[in-house]
Amino acid sequence: MTSRRVVLLGAGAILVGLLIWVVGGGLERTDNAPPVSSEAVAEPAMSSEVPRIAATLFVASTNGLTLAPILQEVALAEGLVPQGRAILTAQLRSPPPPYRSVIPEGTQLRAFYVTERGDAFVDLSFETDARHAGGTSTELLAVYGIVHAVTTNLTTIQRVQILIDGREADTWAGHVDLRRPLEPDMSLVQGARSAP
Amino acid sequence: MRGSATFSLAALVLLLAPMPHAQEGTAPATPLTLLSPDGQESVATIVLNGAELVALDDVAARFQIAVREDALAGGITLSYNGQNVVVSTDQPMASVSGRLVALPSPARRLDDRWYVPLEFLPRALGPIYDERIDLRRASRLLVVGDLRVPRVTARIDSAGPPTRATLEIAPAAPVSITTEAGRLTVHVDADALDLLLPATGGGLIELVRRGDAPMTVALVLDSQAGVATGVSEDVDGVTRVTVDIAGLAPATGAGAASSAAGPVVPGPPPSPALTPDGEAVPLLLSAPPVRLETIVIDPGHGGDDRGAVSGGGVEEKTITLAIARRLRVAIEARLGIRVILTRGDDRSVSLDERSAVANNSKADLFLSLHMNAAPAASVAGAEVLSLRLDREGEDARRAAASEAVALPVLGGAVRTIDLIQWDLAQARHVDRSAVLAEMLEDRLRTHVTMSSQPRHRAPLRVLAGVDMPAALIEMAYLSNPEQAQLATSEPFQTSVTQAIYDAVVAFRAYIETQGVP
Repeated sequence: MTSRRVVLLGAGAILVGLLIWVVGGGLERTDNAPPVSSEAVAEPAMSSEVPRIAATLFVASTNGLTLAPILQEVALAEGLVPQGRAILTAQLRSPPPPYRSVIPEGTQLRAFYVTERGDAFVDLSFETDARHAGGTSTELLAVYGIVHAVTTNLTTIQRVQILIDGREADTWAGHVDLRRPLEPDMSLVQGARSAP
Repeated sequence: MRGSATFSLAALVLLLAPMPHAQEGTAPATPLTLLSPDGQESVATIVLNGAELVALDDVAARFQIAVREDALAGGITLSYNGQNVVVSTDQPMASVSGRLVALPSPARRLDDRWYVPLEFLPRALGPIYDERIDLRRASRLLVVGDLRVPRVTARIDSAGPPTRATLEIAPAAPVSITTEAGRLTVHVDADALDLLLPATGGGLIELVRRGDAPMTVALVLDSQAGVATGVSEDVDGVTRVTVDIAGLAPATGAGAASSAAGPVVPGPPPSPALTPDGEAVPLLLSAPPVRLETIVIDPGHGGDDRGAVSGGGVEEKTITLAIARRLRVAIEARLGIRVILTRGDDRSVSLDERSAVANNSKADLFLSLHMNAAPAASVAGAEVLSLRLDREGEDARRAAASEAVALPVLGGAVRTIDLIQWDLAQARHVDRSAVLAEMLEDRLRTHVTMSSQPRHRAPLRVLAGVDMPAALIEMAYLSNPEQAQLATSEPFQTSVTQAIYDAVVAFRAYIETQGVP
């Protein structure tokens, strides 16, 4: 009876291990893989047992003109792409008071992937196009909030290109050129502003 | 004596000869066309003693009216739907339901047919008829019914080059403008066109005529014409299409390359080629003087794209258009510089189209006008932005300098042509654009509130493809309630206009003294 219980426990442990492998590394996307759905990129439920890391997220500074870096815990994920998803999911959520988000309400992450050249692609839901409040400053903060969240936390990534609804877009709200991958712009970060 | 009698007889014959002809009437040079919802048809008319007449039985058949001679009334009575018109046979008038209407001539009887002057139709028949009757004498049109037949008047404002022409379409109607080799065509969304076109061309325009396709007007260009651009705007119920035609570029090699490979910018003047005897071959064309001749002003957003919108409903697209129009008037009237708007009314214009307007018109300066918004309502003030180049942009900039192409030109010399990606054309101008941005910031500061970050660089889509110094001006924040209210005010719009005007003056002086185009 005892040996049977041991066998069952062992089989269960193997199944759990397989499940973790499938959910984690097994689903990691390659360059050519299709975008994953928004459900797939939702941040996993946090529990005290889930290991976390402190990620730097970017919110609107109190002056409303620049990005302010804040530290926030996000789930530790295995691999570059899952970790990027976790960070971006946190970046898209409303920050804790007194900070204001730079991301239009309702924005969803559709997909995140990285090319061999080190360029990351962040695919946002279509609703963001319609809900953007307009204005160059708002758009710059939204775009570079995402660029900085990726490049600051995932240092192997040099540039980030934003896609809208799975496609390359001219702009998010009529101003910032999204046709190419963007490099970080420290002049938009509070306390790190450089001369024009 | 016999000779004298022969002369008198010949004179009498000559004197009397035209009389029967005049009494029969002559056909007009151009037939009258009747337009109605059913289609179009020719209307037979005759000219008698200077008056153009139409046969009453033709009118009766076309308009379904009853006609009878009325000896008691001393004229002819026409009846339609229980209403009567009596047209006089001896007085130039008609009685329309008891009201007298003047006509150019009385009704005339010729070959057993009664004729009335053309004006009878709109003046006498029109008031009792179910549908509108509109006589367009100049264009030989008789419009019956509710048709859209705008009058299109064309004129050549300046021979140039550059040559400027204007088409006015009244009442206003949507237009589309296309250019092809040697021709600019304006299509008007209408049922028919009432065209009043100049008999001859002028400057780089050979002729303005009715286009080959329906509802179009074609401007046929001279062989010396270069790029032709047309911009439309609606003002006071009239659509105005302003057409600007540049002359051919001085170097034929540059022009040829331009059409094939996108924006091509002339490089520095080449060293003169040498003859077999060692003498320098003179260049046939000297470098054009460095002047600020054309400015493109881009009112941001438009049409379905409202841009930023304040809590009170003030729309970015409305403010940018209002200030663009003010700027155009100020710069054209006070500086004599040609100003082209990327949109003259509330319509959607893609970002590529905005760039194309600037590049095709070979503008010397591009200014994009916007209103800003920020996550915090407290943010206020104007900002000036120029293009920020990242790695790819810097590569394009270097490539433009290093991958120049030498093309032979007439006279045996060569000309260096810089090639650059069309969508990164601004890369060549980032330094001068930065100077422009600095001047704009400086002048704006003296007239309006500036943001705490008044000037910066960003990868702005509308600036990336323009091949000239360019800047984007955020004039105020619509997310700030006070600034939103201010933006609609006359003093604010005047101040911003003055500031940008001053910056244009300063930039003109800069490029003229620096000698950089």
